[in-house]
Amino acid sequence: MTPMHAGRPFRLFRNLNAKIASIPMILTALVIFVGGTAWTVFYSFTNSKLLPRASFVGFDQYERLWATPRWLVAVENLAIYGVCTLVFSLVIGFLLAALMDQKIRFENTFRTIFLYPFALSFIVTGLAWQWILNPNFGIQQVVRNLGWESFTFDPLYNADIVIYGILIAGLWQGTGLIMCLMLAGLRGIDGDIWKAARVDGIPTWKTYVFIVIPMMRPVLVTTLVIIASGIVKVYDLVVAQTSGGPGIASEVPAKYVYNYMFLAQNLGQGFAASTMMLLSVVIVVVPWAYLEFGGKRRHG
Amino acid sequence: MVEQVFRAVPDMAAVAPATSRASGLVGPSGPRPRRTFSRRNIFIYGTLFVVAIYYLLPLYVMVVTSLKGMPEIRLGNIFSPPVEITFEPWVKAWSTACTGLNCDGLSRGFWNSVRITVPSVFLSIAIASVNGYALANWRFKGAEIFFTVLVVGAFIPYQVMLYPVVIVLREIGLYGSLWGLVLVHTIFGMPILTLLFRNYFASLPEELFKAARVDGAGFWTIYLRIMLPMSLPIFVVAVILQVTGIWNDFLFGVVYTKPDTYPMTVQLNNIVNAVQGVKEYNVNMAATLLTGLVPLVIYFVSGKLFVRGIAAGAVKG
Repeated sequence: MTPMHAGRPFRLFRNLNAKIASIPMILTALVIFVGGTAWTVFYSFTNSKLLPRASFVGFDQYERLWATPRWLVAVENLAIYGVCTLVFSLVIGFLLAALMDQKIRFENTFRTIFLYPFALSFIVTGLAWQWILNPNFGIQQVVRNLGWESFTFDPLYNADIVIYGILIAGLWQGTGLIMCLMLAGLRGIDGDIWKAARVDGIPTWKTYVFIVIPMMRPVLVTTLVIIASGIVKVYDLVVAQTSGGPGIASEVPAKYVYNYMFLAQNLGQGFAASTMMLLSVVIVVVPWAYLEFGGKRRHG
Repeated sequence: MVEQVFRAVPDMAAVAPATSRASGLVGPSGPRPRRTFSRRNIFIYGTLFVVAIYYLLPLYVMVVTSLKGMPEIRLGNIFSPPVEITFEPWVKAWSTACTGLNCDGLSRGFWNSVRITVPSVFLSIAIASVNGYALANWRFKGAEIFFTVLVVGAFIPYQVMLYPVVIVLREIGLYGSLWGLVLVHTIFGMPILTLLFRNYFASLPEELFKAARVDGAGFWTIYLRIMLPMSLPIFVVAVILQVTGIWNDFLFGVVYTKPDTYPMTVQLNNIVNAVQGVKEYNVNMAATLLTGLVPLVIYFVSGKLFVRGIAAGAVKG
């Protein structure tokens, strides 16, 4: 504490408590987020198998990755799942929110019903829908018992459409949240806007499309980011509902990474695959962050 | 000063249910002539009703399936209510269902999850709230940089950091233990929680903080005596967020624990998706419901607070 005598406290010790309180954050940010990411990217250029080894093989792991059918299926599935989730949850979420915003009765009841799946884990969601979509007992069998003998609805056992079976469950779990976010956005719009539009004789749907939705831009952007960051993570749902099957038809990148890192003892492949996941997030997040924060700073 | 405090706190009420909007409407007073069965109303309520059925269906199917015996399941259809109600599947799921060689049911996973969730929630909120407070009121050079890194880091897929965290845990001797998983949940809960607390503390009037400083209160005194008592709502929101999030976690549980310490979600998945043995759908559904029960109860009890929490966290973040 000698610097104290000099009149001014030593800079590092100024505001010391706040710095101590921030140590966990600084460690997490630097060691786990920055350090861990750099470590994984670094070792994705090695041929690590059971243990990480620093013997470099250049882009070999990536070449092998993009030549593996399992990975290609996983990427394709993620693309289909991602686009469908984005479109459907935005559209359904907005339509539900618009309906809920009509000063209806029992609003709380409806919202409770729409949102409760969001409280459930993906494992529970996946297992519930696995049972409902079970061809021997579920919807298919019920419809057949009604007399329509040739009715077929077995998405989880059909390699061509299995990802849509997962999509049904995913939408069931997540649209309630989107509806709530949209509703908060709709409620945030000044009621005078609606009155003005009505005075001008603009039809309701036009008011929504040309006035309200553009005004909801901040909420829409947030929603978009939430949906997008959820899509890349999709893992538990697939594990619970299909375990990646039939065959490898419902593999997703997150599952590929887990399998190669912890089951197949092929760390290098796992690192390369996870680096590709990171890359896809960067491609989505960087333009958004630039638009959102870069733009704001310029406007002051 | 008190008024200022109160003005700042109900900030979140903006996203609360809109009964206020209907009642606070300015304009012609008195009951509005309204036809109950207009075409518009039939459309609105009809659509909402059909959608509500779609959302309720899985829960209903799970409940009725878990109350049936296996012969009834094989014969009947999944939507029909049980002819003979039996609670045997629930008992079996809780105490004797098998995962591999262990046949002590979901109860082990349940208690593991409790032992993981309670310390994780406590630790992560304690650390993040102090941290958010430091960021909001005691800014120091460089703090914002680390905070930005932290928030941006929240977008990195967990898969990228899975293995480095394994190494860190192995180095400090916590790999495979419950406390290792607690640490992982604390780390990965930090971005959203710190953001939540920082924004909340920053919305409190600064005069309050300044007055306390003039009176000679330091970092911890202000936190414990002023910030903490004023921030009960945000703490409740954080607890709800963390309990449901940690209870529902699967990825971290399966990566960082061993079969003895598997949380409930992992054990549930192992029971239901077991390859060997005859499938007992009623036991599976009972087990699934048991696992979903904790977050469901929290959801139904906390009600509006849950909605406010996720809406406030999401819209502001």
